[in-house]
Amino acid sequence: MNAPLAQYLIFSALLFTVGFAGALVRRNAILALVGIEIMLNAANLNFIAFWRFGPHPEALTGVMFVIFSIAVAAAEAAVGLALVIAIYRHRRTAQAPQFNSLRG
Amino acid sequence: MDFIVKYIWGAPLMPLAAAGVTALLPRARRRWAAGLAIGSMAFSFLLSLAAFTATLSHAGHAARATLNFRWFDFGASSVQLGFVIDPLSAVMLVMVTFVSLLVFIYSVGYMAHDENFTRFFCFLALFASAMLGLILANSLLLFFMCWELVGLASYLLIGFWYRKPAAAAAAKKAFITTRLGDLGFLLGILLLYARAGTLLFYDAGHGCLEQAAITRLLTQGLMGGLAVSTVISLLIFCGAIGKSGQVPLHVWLPDAMEGPTPVSALIHAATMVAAGVFLVARMYPLMSATLLPGTPSAALQVVTWIGALTAVFGASLAVAQNDIKRILAYSTVSQLGYMMMGLGVGGVAVGMFHLLCHAFFKALLFLGAGSVIHGCAEEQDIRQMGGLSKTMPVTFVAYAIGMLSLSGVPLLFSGFWSKDAILHAARHWPISQTPFLLGLIGAVLTAFYMTRQVSLVFLGATRSEAAGQAHESPLVMTVPLMLLAACSVLAGFVGTPAWPWFDSYLLGENATFDLARFSLDHQLSLMFLSTGLVAGAIGCGAWLYARRRASDPAEINLLIRKFYIDEFYAATVLRLNACFAQLSDWLDRVLWQGVTHALAACVQFLALVDRGADDLLINGGFDRATDLLRAGGGLASRGQNGQIQRYFRVLGFVVAVIAALLIWEVS
Amino acid sequence: MPHELTFLLVAGATLGAAVAAMALRNIVHCALAAIGAFAGLAALYLQLNAEFAGFAQILVYVGAVAILILFAVMLTHGSEASSSTRASGWAVAALLGLCLALGVGRSPSLWRDAKPAAGASARQIGGALVSEYIVPLETVGLLLTSALLGAVTIALRETETKTSDPGIHEERPPRASEMVSRS
Repeated sequence: MNAPLAQYLIFSALLFTVGFAGALVRRNAILALVGIEIMLNAANLNFIAFWRFGPHPEALTGVMFVIFSIAVAAAEAAVGLALVIAIYRHRRTAQAPQFNSLRG
Repeated sequence: MDFIVKYIWGAPLMPLAAAGVTALLPRARRRWAAGLAIGSMAFSFLLSLAAFTATLSHAGHAARATLNFRWFDFGASSVQLGFVIDPLSAVMLVMVTFVSLLVFIYSVGYMAHDENFTRFFCFLALFASAMLGLILANSLLLFFMCWELVGLASYLLIGFWYRKPAAAAAAKKAFITTRLGDLGFLLGILLLYARAGTLLFYDAGHGCLEQAAITRLLTQGLMGGLAVSTVISLLIFCGAIGKSGQVPLHVWLPDAMEGPTPVSALIHAATMVAAGVFLVARMYPLMSATLLPGTPSAALQVVTWIGALTAVFGASLAVAQNDIKRILAYSTVSQLGYMMMGLGVGGVAVGMFHLLCHAFFKALLFLGAGSVIHGCAEEQDIRQMGGLSKTMPVTFVAYAIGMLSLSGVPLLFSGFWSKDAILHAARHWPISQTPFLLGLIGAVLTAFYMTRQVSLVFLGATRSEAAGQAHESPLVMTVPLMLLAACSVLAGFVGTPAWPWFDSYLLGENATFDLARFSLDHQLSLMFLSTGLVAGAIGCGAWLYARRRASDPAEINLLIRKFYIDEFYAATVLRLNACFAQLSDWLDRVLWQGVTHALAACVQFLALVDRGADDLLINGGFDRATDLLRAGGGLASRGQNGQIQRYFRVLGFVVAVIAALLIWEVS
Repeated sequence: MPHELTFLLVAGATLGAAVAAMALRNIVHCALAAIGAFAGLAALYLQLNAEFAGFAQILVYVGAVAILILFAVMLTHGSEASSSTRASGWAVAALLGLCLALGVGRSPSLWRDAKPAAGASARQIGGALVSEYIVPLETVGLLLTSALLGAVTIALRETETKTSDPGIHEERPPRASEMVSRS
């Protein structure tokens, strides 16, 4: 196996799938958030891999995107977890299926 | 000159910044709010003085400096804004910043007990800032933006006590009425841009107020029998009618009295209504453009007639008011008419001179009225006052100076000189003598109603408990009054016929002192005439209202009823009304009853038919449609079950399908 | 080939940790496994010569986000049982994964033998951050600040209303129960 780019891409696709599955099936909202974080990380790995094996590694675009993406993801995690805590205070539960006050 | 115009944007910007900061202040920071507003206004005042002195040292066309900049581009053309300093804007700047500064300081005392003190100063600063921007604008677009900002700020301030229904209604009325005029203004701007290609006033020969553009507009053919320049002028004048309370659209001005009194002073003296007059003065080169030299242009004729009508109309309404502020409001309407008339018959200098003098003494009168209201526990009815000259001496003296100025008492007071300049110009107007006569009538009425007001408020015996317990206002309110009183006297001397400094300053010439000019053009005889008329009116008013130190309100009422206009109305209008009513009654019984019954039967039948159709067709159709809609909505809402993971699942499924489609497409 | 081998080892461990994070019953265990997955990704970044991104990953994810998650678990008493696998969720996830893998597998250009280029030094990245990327950098700084302030506000709101500040208390419209008791 001497096609490193494809290896990384396959791996990140698998990681993304795992994260997605977790976000879909876990009832605890915190774990759903963790799943989303894993999905984000998988996407970041793609950026790094493409930057590394792409035609213009001197352009730094991939690394930069990942750095900003990590910063944004940190903000997202902070706000998301704060929301979970706030909802927990009101509804005494952190189970995502119970967060249904917006149902039609 | 070029130096100062680069920094003059600070004049409108500082109050704007102060308003912005004040808007964010907590309510308890009263000192900060007042300090910021007054400090920024003082800064603007100093800057205006600098600009004013700069214009003094230049003569002729050199006294105009502009600073234009590009705002944005669209396509090949660009929209330019700019600032201009010339004698016209410089003198307005100084007046507006000075009066605003005094009003701001006065407000500290007047609004001391209001819980929304900071909000008040925020709006005041915004108001002044918009007005300063308007004065400095070198582009009709910038002018219009600031014009609308002035309108917005006046709306906010008139409705400042928005919990009072009357105040809220008055604010809406002011906003909507002026908007009516602004529609015409906007159309005028669009037409001007379409025809002249620029909205800059002065742009090194390319501006829309410079000779090349005006000649082009004059000769560009006709629109409905009028030259293009006339059409544009008239449309723009619509805006001035609304803003400056000229006759068809004056209705908002008296209602605007619902705002706090310092606001009234600001609106009536420095900012709001002056904007309309200033607009006409600014657009004067366009307004006065005519193909026939020697005759006034059609636009100026319209300005003159509307102004003259407003002058008499406002003055005659002011005679019959009992609210101390409403009298002043109608008086403003009338004086604005004078200004417009002055612009129409005499040119920029005549109208602007009256605007300037009026700003000082009207601000003085309003602030004095505010002082009276403040002292009398918010009493505004002049029949409930009286004898205040003893308890409020400073206010009385200041108010009397304002009243004498407004009435046009000769020699010492500014109103005399400015009003006389207008009357003199009207006397020599080639079209008609009627505006001159209307002006004279207005002057008589003005002197009369002001005498009535002062007599009822300050002289005689006190007629209510509130007036009896009146007290002099604090220094923070009386000092602005004294300053304004001094200005009301002094401002007149810069525009006397012997030394027409103001006139020559606006034209960029050097003023000379020459007593002989008094005898030119029947100048002196006119002065004697107006002096006699004013003296007669004041005497008549004093005889009617102040002669008897009446303690009995009934007697005062009797005197008011004696005032022949009311009886004249009663004798003519009421009798006519009664005759008409009898005629109508007869017609009603004999003729209309039968017709009405027949009509009613027809309508009843129609209604029956209609109802049947309604029940069967329309109601049924709508019911069915709404039922279907509800069913559909219920169906759709079942998908919206609030389960975020279910949404997520659907999203993932769709993404997978799209990805599959893409892969299939590629291979 | 040691490079190949390390990749396979690290990738396998990361994937295993991720699966564990998503599948374990105990939430604290899940969180710990997620930390392992984040660390494994950091190792992959390092292997790809993206040192800066790798260390940022360790600092932000293994450091900050992991602690946040653990705190959130604690604050919500997260030890309560939470399992219940839903078949449709798994099916959709598998479908998506299949599509992604297919996409990678059917793009021949990805399978060429590529030569890894030299990595970027922290100095280069720092220079680029304050020159070319200065606007995004400032924006992200602003975003982070406001997001953290927002997070604090959201999480604190409950306690704020509990402390009965007289000023706030007065401006609040009266509750129905209070109105009843007043009349």
